[in-house]
Amino acid sequence: MDNPNVPTAPTYLEEFKRKGYSRADFLKFCTLMAAYLGLENSSTAQVVQAMSTKPRLPVIWLHFQECTCCSESFIRSSHPIVADVLLDQISLDYSETLMAASGHQAEEAMKNTMTKYKGEYILCVEGSVPTAADGVYCMIGGKTSMQILEEAAEGAKAVIAWGSCASNGCVQAAKPNPTSATPIHKLLKGKPVIKVPGCPPIGEVMAGVIVHVVTFGRLPELDGLGRPKAFYSKRVHDTCYRRPYYDAGLYVESFDDENAKKGYCLYKVGCKGPSTYNACGVTKWNNGVSFPIQSGHGCFGCSEENYWDNGRIYERASAFPGFGIESTADTVGKVALGVTVGALAAHAVMTNVRKKKLIKGLEKEGKESEQELKE
Amino acid sequence: MSTRIVVDPVTRIEGHLRIEADIENGKIKDAYSSGTMVRLLEEILRGRDPRDAWAYVGRVCGVCTSVHSLTSVRAVEDALDIVIPPNAELVRNIMFCAQYMHDHVVHFYHLHAMDWVDVVNALKADPKKTSELAQSISNWPKSSPGYFSDLQKRIGKFVESGQLGIFSNGYWGHSAYKLPAEVNLIGLAHYLEALEWQKEIVKVHTIFGGKNPHPNYLVGGMACAISTDDVSGLNAERLAYVEQLLKQGKEFIEQVYIPDLMAIASFYKDWGAIGGGLGNYMSYGDLPWNGYRDTSSYKFPAGAILNKDISKVMEVDLRKDDEVQEFIDNSWYEYKGKGGLHPWKGESKIKYTGPKPPFENLDTSKAYSYLKTPRWKGNAMEVGPLSRVLVGYAKGREEFKEVVDKALTDLNVPVTALFSTLGRTAARGLESTLVAQWGIDFFNQLIDNIKKGDTRMADSSKRDPSKWPAKALGVGHAEAPRGALAHWINIEDEKIANYQLVVPTTWNASPRDAKGQVSAYEAALRDTPIADLKQPVEILRTIHSFDPCLACAVHLYDEEGKHISRISVLGD
Repeated sequence: MDNPNVPTAPTYLEEFKRKGYSRADFLKFCTLMAAYLGLENSSTAQVVQAMSTKPRLPVIWLHFQECTCCSESFIRSSHPIVADVLLDQISLDYSETLMAASGHQAEEAMKNTMTKYKGEYILCVEGSVPTAADGVYCMIGGKTSMQILEEAAEGAKAVIAWGSCASNGCVQAAKPNPTSATPIHKLLKGKPVIKVPGCPPIGEVMAGVIVHVVTFGRLPELDGLGRPKAFYSKRVHDTCYRRPYYDAGLYVESFDDENAKKGYCLYKVGCKGPSTYNACGVTKWNNGVSFPIQSGHGCFGCSEENYWDNGRIYERASAFPGFGIESTADTVGKVALGVTVGALAAHAVMTNVRKKKLIKGLEKEGKESEQELKE
Repeated sequence: MSTRIVVDPVTRIEGHLRIEADIENGKIKDAYSSGTMVRLLEEILRGRDPRDAWAYVGRVCGVCTSVHSLTSVRAVEDALDIVIPPNAELVRNIMFCAQYMHDHVVHFYHLHAMDWVDVVNALKADPKKTSELAQSISNWPKSSPGYFSDLQKRIGKFVESGQLGIFSNGYWGHSAYKLPAEVNLIGLAHYLEALEWQKEIVKVHTIFGGKNPHPNYLVGGMACAISTDDVSGLNAERLAYVEQLLKQGKEFIEQVYIPDLMAIASFYKDWGAIGGGLGNYMSYGDLPWNGYRDTSSYKFPAGAILNKDISKVMEVDLRKDDEVQEFIDNSWYEYKGKGGLHPWKGESKIKYTGPKPPFENLDTSKAYSYLKTPRWKGNAMEVGPLSRVLVGYAKGREEFKEVVDKALTDLNVPVTALFSTLGRTAARGLESTLVAQWGIDFFNQLIDNIKKGDTRMADSSKRDPSKWPAKALGVGHAEAPRGALAHWINIEDEKIANYQLVVPTTWNASPRDAKGQVSAYEAALRDTPIADLKQPVEILRTIHSFDPCLACAVHLYDEEGKHISRISVLGD
């Protein structure tokens, strides 16, 4: 070992060198990381700087009213793999799912980080907070989740709300929300909260958010609802490979019918892709293997606020004829779902108008690149 | 004079569990298990579409993901008298097998291993000796001295950094850790390998169900159409992917999980006489080979064993009024009447009577948990891998006898060692080897069916609610990784009138009943030796051997506090 007596935490560059990589390798890694994060070349220097100088980012990860699907999804991440995140990128000092210590020793570990890294640690929250009955519907170590959240948030640099529970309350907040399950941004004042909704969010998206914070020491750019733009700015519908069938009016009429076998659009059997902002159509799930629509089931909008109360799962949503790929959550806002008769025909007209423009644009692009090839 | 100690939070589990234990003369005299979180999902389910229920109750648990959804679609199909196509049954079975492989491996390495493996001690291991040892117990290729030496350096640097992360404040160096440094190093290496492996096997869910955690299910079958001639359906590429994942999963279980389990167990044989507990075991059975309704075709047979008497296996009937009942004598609920209630007739209203937080101790002379107390014919029952393996063994199933007898011989322990903390942990591994093979068998049957021209995946004939009876009762059951699970549904006028779940961790972790009969956790903790009151790693060993899953304990009441009906959800 290089120097067994060094008491300070190693930087990423040191970690790299220790693993036998050169500085050139390290720079290459940073470039890749920057590319992964969708950054301009000029940002690479920033990545290099960040990863050369910082000890691992301290993280406290709390669990309240939840089912642990977010933690499970996080460990499914393929890039980066979670062993590398845990050993090289962050210091996960409190996690009821993974930590060795229990009881007093676990509480002490959390306290140590809150004191030693005041103002520096990231607080991740999985689960909603029940505020009914003075908070007794969720207690850990004899304290209510309300109290624990308040204490842990005080010295946090930023807060990440994992999943739909922490972002919008999810299933326990569905009507009539008997425990007053509350998303955390409603309970925290003066703290930046990054919402990463989904039930659960995609593993690579979760790891991507962490990598962003580690690398830049700042939060990713968020949309008007507090979600990272990188993953929540496009509708599932607009990134869906079955979209052409929707535009052509070819639909699955019932599960396992001939149209289902042909992979037609699932809109008529309840797909909520047209009103759902998530990365499922692009990033897909579990290292890009599939996503709900590809496996024959409609999207039911698990990353949208109040999705449990936005109509039944197999009920046809409105067709959103006027909105195309250029719309974002900020401009569309929340459009109520409901069955609209005749909307499909209207949509076809709108689509054709818009498509003409799109096709023209693409044709131009195609010709240009053809020209480039000839030159 | 006894001393009360508290472990809260119990970590490396799903959900929120608190254990209070009275220690006298270095042993646990009595212990109390309390679930401290509730979500009240049943009130949310009331009035909703029964075809949607699987998605709601799927969110009970994301660790044993898929099992509640499976149980839910079975309950609705039972109520509406729907028989699903054989291919859908096979796909559900294959997903079930993948879930077991994932859940059991993650439990062993990430939730349980640190009770037995001293991570810090692994730094003292000799990589060359570690390599020799690893190669003597398995053909797993990652076993060179260089591999272990690199890992040791990586962990050494990690420890030196002073930022111990998930390993902070562990009970490292505790006298209860008995493994040689080399075995600790193998355990640590495989902790990290299993963390990488586990993200692969779940892709079986992603292919059939679109995502994991929380893959999609469907009342009437599955949504993943078979279409050998289209890129969007289950075609040769998708099926080959599934087959490869199942084979790789089996390989990891056989070459890593089982050799590690046996190696570690051989140093902790004393735990074959600790943590036995109730001696009553129950399984509902699962993995139908010939349709869900043909219970005789289940790969996991159903039955109940009382007082460790494996010469007799009794039948369990989930529909009978006097078999499965739930009590609330020590739970934070209230009933109108007294006694236990069958889930179809259950009633309850939440009533927290515990101390006002923040508090140091619960008053365990009164109600002390959000879990209700289920009983089978009045008996407290243990559910889970040990129960399944014992029922299979007691019923004389060859596959069970083979793996159990081999393990007992290899470890040189008597059959009574099964009734213990070690037995529970071993049974989980043994059934993993069975399930890994069954997954491949089910896959081959699916291929056979498709070859013969059967491509049906869903029966949509009863998806239209106008074809349903005005009233219908249904029950669905499954053997979740953590044990016997059942959902009871009451459909009225096309809507859910009542939905109730009695889940494995409710059986195991519930508070004692009115007669003072303790449930499985509390029984298993009694007489456990505790070497250091401040570091009760022994409590974690026994509690983790059950693989707790306390997702929620849910009961129904309306805003006026008037009873409507209830469900109880806890764990998977």
